[in-house]
Amino acid sequence: MVVHAEIRMVHRGGSKINFREPVITHDSRFLLCAAGESVNVYSTSTEEYVHDLQGHTDLVTGVVLNPSNHLQVYSCSADGTVRLWDFTDAILIKTFIIGYPIYSIYVSEKHGGVVFLVVPMANYKSSELFQLVAVHLPHSGDQEVEARELSAVLCDVSHHPGAASFGREGEYIAAVKGLQLEVFFFKKQKSYRFSLKSGMKKGAKNAFTCVSCHPKEDCIATGHEDGKIRMWRNFNQKKEYTYSTLHWHHGAVNTLCFTPEGTNLLSGGIESVLVHWHYTQENQKDFLPRLGAAITHIAVSPDGSLFCTSHSDNKITIIQSCVKVSAVIQGLVKGDGVWTNLIIDPRSKALVLNGKPGHLQFYSLHHDKQLYNLDIVQQEYIHEEGLDQFEVVKAAFDARGDWLATVEERRKKGAELEINLKLWAYDELTQSFVLNTTVTAPHEDRITAMFFSPSPETTMLVTTSLDGHFKAWLLADHSDANEGFWACDFVGGYHLLKPGCCSFSADGSLLSVGFQEVVTVWSPASWELLTTLSQPPGAIRDLCFGRLSCSKYLLGASTKNQLCCWNLLTCSLEWSTPMDVSLLQTDPLSENIAAFCSQSGSSDLFVFKPSEPRPLYSQKALCTGKVQHAVFAPRDQMLESCEERTQWLNRSQLYFLTQHMDLLTFSTKTEEDRLLASSKQLMVDDSVAVTPFYLLLGKHRGQQLEKQEALTNPMAERTQLPQGSIAIKELLHTPAHVLPSASFLCAMFVRSLLISSSSAREEKEHEEGEMEREKEEEDSEGEADPRLGESATWGHPEEFGAPALTKAQERELRKVRTFDHSWLSSLLDC
Amino acid sequence: MGEFKVHRVRFFDYMPTAIRAMAFNAHTERLALARMDGSVEIFNFTDHYFQEKVIPGKDSRSTESLCWVGGRLFSAGLNGEITEYDLENLRPKYSLEAYGGPIWTIISNTQGTQLAIGCEDGTVKLFEVLEEHIQFERNLDRQKGRIISLSWHPSGTHIAAGMMDMIRVFDVPTGHAVQRLLVDRGFGGSKSQETVVWSVAFLSDHTVVSGDSAGKVQVWDGHTGTLVKTHLVTKWDVLALSVSKDESSVVAGTSEGTVIQFQFIAPTLHQQQDKEWVRTRTFKNHTHDVRALAEIETAIVSGGMDTHLVVRPLLEKFDEKSHASGLRKIHFPHVSTEMAEITLVSNCLKKAGLLLFQFPGQLELWRLGDSDGHGKPGDRLPLKRKPEKLLLLKRKGEDHICCSALSSCGGWLAYSTVSCVRIYRLQTDNNNISITKVSKLPKALRSAHQLCFSSDSSKMFAASSQSSVLVIALTQSECKYVHTLKPKSGSRQPIHLMTTSVDGKWLAAANSDCEIRVYNLQKLKLHCIVPVYGSCPSAMGIHPTTNNMTVVHADQQLFEYSIVEKQYTDWSRKLQKQGLHNVWLDRDTPVTHVTFNPKNPNQVVLHDMHMFCIIDQSLPLPDQKTQFYNQMTLRSLSEQERPSHLHAFKICKTFQVSLLFLASLLDDQSLVVVERPLLAITSQLPAPVRQKKFAT
Repeated sequence: MVVHAEIRMVHRGGSKINFREPVITHDSRFLLCAAGESVNVYSTSTEEYVHDLQGHTDLVTGVVLNPSNHLQVYSCSADGTVRLWDFTDAILIKTFIIGYPIYSIYVSEKHGGVVFLVVPMANYKSSELFQLVAVHLPHSGDQEVEARELSAVLCDVSHHPGAASFGREGEYIAAVKGLQLEVFFFKKQKSYRFSLKSGMKKGAKNAFTCVSCHPKEDCIATGHEDGKIRMWRNFNQKKEYTYSTLHWHHGAVNTLCFTPEGTNLLSGGIESVLVHWHYTQENQKDFLPRLGAAITHIAVSPDGSLFCTSHSDNKITIIQSCVKVSAVIQGLVKGDGVWTNLIIDPRSKALVLNGKPGHLQFYSLHHDKQLYNLDIVQQEYIHEEGLDQFEVVKAAFDARGDWLATVEERRKKGAELEINLKLWAYDELTQSFVLNTTVTAPHEDRITAMFFSPSPETTMLVTTSLDGHFKAWLLADHSDANEGFWACDFVGGYHLLKPGCCSFSADGSLLSVGFQEVVTVWSPASWELLTTLSQPPGAIRDLCFGRLSCSKYLLGASTKNQLCCWNLLTCSLEWSTPMDVSLLQTDPLSENIAAFCSQSGSSDLFVFKPSEPRPLYSQKALCTGKVQHAVFAPRDQMLESCEERTQWLNRSQLYFLTQHMDLLTFSTKTEEDRLLASSKQLMVDDSVAVTPFYLLLGKHRGQQLEKQEALTNPMAERTQLPQGSIAIKELLHTPAHVLPSASFLCAMFVRSLLISSSSAREEKEHEEGEMEREKEEEDSEGEADPRLGESATWGHPEEFGAPALTKAQERELRKVRTFDHSWLSSLLDC
Repeated sequence: MGEFKVHRVRFFDYMPTAIRAMAFNAHTERLALARMDGSVEIFNFTDHYFQEKVIPGKDSRSTESLCWVGGRLFSAGLNGEITEYDLENLRPKYSLEAYGGPIWTIISNTQGTQLAIGCEDGTVKLFEVLEEHIQFERNLDRQKGRIISLSWHPSGTHIAAGMMDMIRVFDVPTGHAVQRLLVDRGFGGSKSQETVVWSVAFLSDHTVVSGDSAGKVQVWDGHTGTLVKTHLVTKWDVLALSVSKDESSVVAGTSEGTVIQFQFIAPTLHQQQDKEWVRTRTFKNHTHDVRALAEIETAIVSGGMDTHLVVRPLLEKFDEKSHASGLRKIHFPHVSTEMAEITLVSNCLKKAGLLLFQFPGQLELWRLGDSDGHGKPGDRLPLKRKPEKLLLLKRKGEDHICCSALSSCGGWLAYSTVSCVRIYRLQTDNNNISITKVSKLPKALRSAHQLCFSSDSSKMFAASSQSSVLVIALTQSECKYVHTLKPKSGSRQPIHLMTTSVDGKWLAAANSDCEIRVYNLQKLKLHCIVPVYGSCPSAMGIHPTTNNMTVVHADQQLFEYSIVEKQYTDWSRKLQKQGLHNVWLDRDTPVTHVTFNPKNPNQVVLHDMHMFCIIDQSLPLPDQKTQFYNQMTLRSLSEQERPSHLHAFKICKTFQVSLLFLASLLDDQSLVVVERPLLAITSQLPAPVRQKKFAT
């Protein structure tokens, strides 16, 4: 399957950062957390994303610091590998192939060279039985090592990573599952099991949820479903064991964690309160309330100064000195559901969808970071089940991003439906949306679709509703007031049929509204019904106009497995095909249209141009369940793939949301190569934390430096040999374990000190080229290969009309190339 | 129409009184329990926690503290007296004024040579324990403020005394106070209130553990007088402390009804030094104050304001799940005739049942209601006549009533206290009832542990001291001493069960040494002694026709003994051979009454606190595999299948929500059940301390 090799479905952006317990590094400067298929590294002081550790091919299921080297980290993944990383430089040191999907990882200082993994029981692959195995990691120089010698430690453990914990000095490991606590002593090779009664009769739910061992004393803390925490002592005896009970949580205790000195115990649960128990003074406890969402994991930095809590809304909070929230790392919030479609904000290019209850979140896909939340409902949300509260159900941006329209509704059982239509104007001053107009009850029934007209002359909003009407809203101009407000301009209908969808043509000159089986085409300028198109049977589910060269086509998907394409010039059906299309999505930058079809429980994807009979790309069984939401996000950097199958991904990227709320996208090989190459770049000097302020300042300083350099260029070149500097940089900045042998380096180093005639010639050429290129390119201090120069012009963005590369990025890209090339050439020379 | 017509009697408003103090004797495994009304109960922990003896209370006596010295039991109370009890005659032996005002506590040293009491006037008085008496020895240094609690160091050299706001440690030989440990007051509003050190415990390593009214359990170093650790366990008071025998565990009882355990645990598993007291388990079995606590080898025994005694076994001390490892709540007296009431079976003339209820201060005579309705099984019949209280007889004097009896013809009524016996003649004609006291009583009849009339009401039997039974002949106007049935040898323990046969020939008496003697009443001499079984008999009855005696013991074993043949019957042997069903043996309340179905001689009727059982001797015995509680299953089976599933034990638990006091068969196949719902008792208790409940 060539297609699979070329285009891969990946989690990129919006991945769960609360999936597993985060890790704070020894110096408390970085926070590592599993995020989809990579491990993200954040700065603890500035909450900025630093880089990620990429290499796993499936979900990362655990991250732990290497106990023997605190600059390294182990990660395990469902792809059956354990990888050892240097997290400061994001370099993969070793890959250990285990061969089974791994669910969690535990290490202990006492057990050097051994990792403990939770893997499915070998004999019961299908069932949900897991075992804890010890894996001796072989010492070998290879990058990839097979480690298949597993020795079982505990059978039938929970795959939940909080359900096992190493005890004092790694002497024992405690694991909980269901109603049983099992403690395994390594020295005696003996395990003790302690069971609790289910306690269902008395209203107690005694099932264990998590476990944590005291680091200095022999005390095990276990959390339970009914909110109790039990502290077990004397557990090396079958009978004489004892436990005490702490009870504050009213819901299940999700996670427990002792501080490194064991003076405090931290616990968290659904209450969003971090409870801070004083060990041995159990009735004294401190609280850190209002953390926003249920706590799922707690981690403590090795020096105990920082705590961090993961929350169910995909957030990591960093807490300083037990009391102060110092940083919040917010991922893509995945609430109860997404009712708005996935939308791209035209201004910030951010993905917009439901976030916290009653909010819209703006999520930057490029930076994989939440930009901000916009409170739409502006009412307090009550955290209680069974309440009907306002939810944002529709949102739309106009073409320029000046206006945002939102619909919120509340449906109480057996009561009137409450709908509000809100229009928000973008305020340049505050850089955010400001409420302009609120229309209560814009329609009598649920709003099914809402779109802004894309035409640049008018700002017009069209809403369709189940009450049988569609309405057009216009910004009413009032000369006396500073700002206009929105008012209804036109109410349309068609034979009392219920409109289900609508779509504007690309230039805004036509509006098509699907009234059940009938598609009507209107002129928004005169509100004249131009034509009706109908292709029985089945109600129209989705409508969209073709773009660019295909703008004469109108596509409609009906409920009865029909995808129809009408030619608007002839007003006749161009073609139709039997497909159960659940979602049609047009690429705003090309003619391509993506159609998601649901078939026998899974979704298929077809990407096609309306004018061409053959799909550009098709993928069967994309994911299980129906795909309800998808969007084409324009790339900020165009790809230059010329392969036919991947061409459709050149300008924009298709993101879609599966039933399980996973945000997936497609990635091509060239793109991955590029990402890999950029990640090879050594990170910014890590003595300074990467803050937005730093980046701004750093850029400014860089420019100043360049100017100076330009002035004193000849002199600078004398004093510093460009080739020498790169070799030295390579020598000093590359981690020792990935450096080639010294003989290579020596030759290269010596050569770098020589002033060759060819390099002088190249420098001259370089100076000539300066005239054409932008100033910033000057600092590409490497040898400029003529071939490279050509490729640079080939990669020039303006030719393709894609969004321009930022200059810094371009510079980086070039740096990469020169870097690689010099390396290669030096090898060849030898 | 069902098998029986059941009178469910719910107008018996018996109310047990709160438990005040407790003392456990590790040598004899007896627990002595003092209640608020001054009565003392003795439980035998080797014999399924059976309540062996009850010493009735007295109005003027209030017990604050109990103490065993060897086999002797002492109590002290707020009346300022020390009392020693005569456990054979179930009465106080003597009382001694201590001249120190109210006494809060009494303890003995481990050697059993001295007693110490803590008095209101701030003195700790030492008494020497003599052979038959105790004698005042000396006072320790007098303190300001009352002495609430005392604890003697195991070596006998020091005494820790809990006072107001402080703990004093006394050196016993010199009598001087050597340490003064100041106890913090509570927080907030209670800052102005003095802290009462309700309980102290002096451990052999000179650690003092104290429980106080500020809700703290504090651990002190007795040598230096420094505070080692404070556990704040409740917002209210810590009222009682008890130390286990090996001093590895301390339990504390609080006003919230919780019992909190502290254990002496090393922080790491392998090195056993640097142990510290860690709060571990919390038991909540009470709704009110836990006033008395005892940690014994295998269990924690607690009692308090909510009147029941709880035995909470420590599961780690048991190897396997067994009968003894279950939680027990002892709510009511084990010997029903001892405490509550006797049903009179059908007044011959009027065919109306009379009920006698015994309270510590009075007797009540009730006539049962009547109904002539017929209904389906399970129906509630309408009452034709309401039950009626005929008589309320208040006792004279300070002593509480310890036993009472009503003759089967309804003509005689008798009760006894520790000091006197009174017999009354009852006459009923047409709803009018007249009562006359029998004035001249034989001199020998001074007090009785048990009273019982013969079936023809011509004789009365009174269990007297040293296991003897007095026979009193009753005629129309007087009563005459006839004979004393005296065991020639054997135990001098009091008789706690007595029953006569219907034909008037036999009298059986059981004492707390597990001996059952059968007397021939015609010859007035001992007929035989039933082979002694290791467990105390809890109920017995003689069959009206066959004269076989059915005896149920505290360990739930069941025997049938033929008095005529002086041997166990075949049915009993068969039962013993096959063994009783485990479900039967695992019940935790003893059978309190045995009676017989007059219409069906094969049926024996038994009951305990929770259930009611008819044993049909004609049916096969259940083996271990059969379903024991099979009444519901039987109901679902068809008529043909039923006989194959029947077994001898038919158990009814319809009355499970309540306490079942007594079931007795009247002639006309009706059954009297006296119920005392536990809920009714708890609703009469004073309100417990306010506790914050989550989400309220």
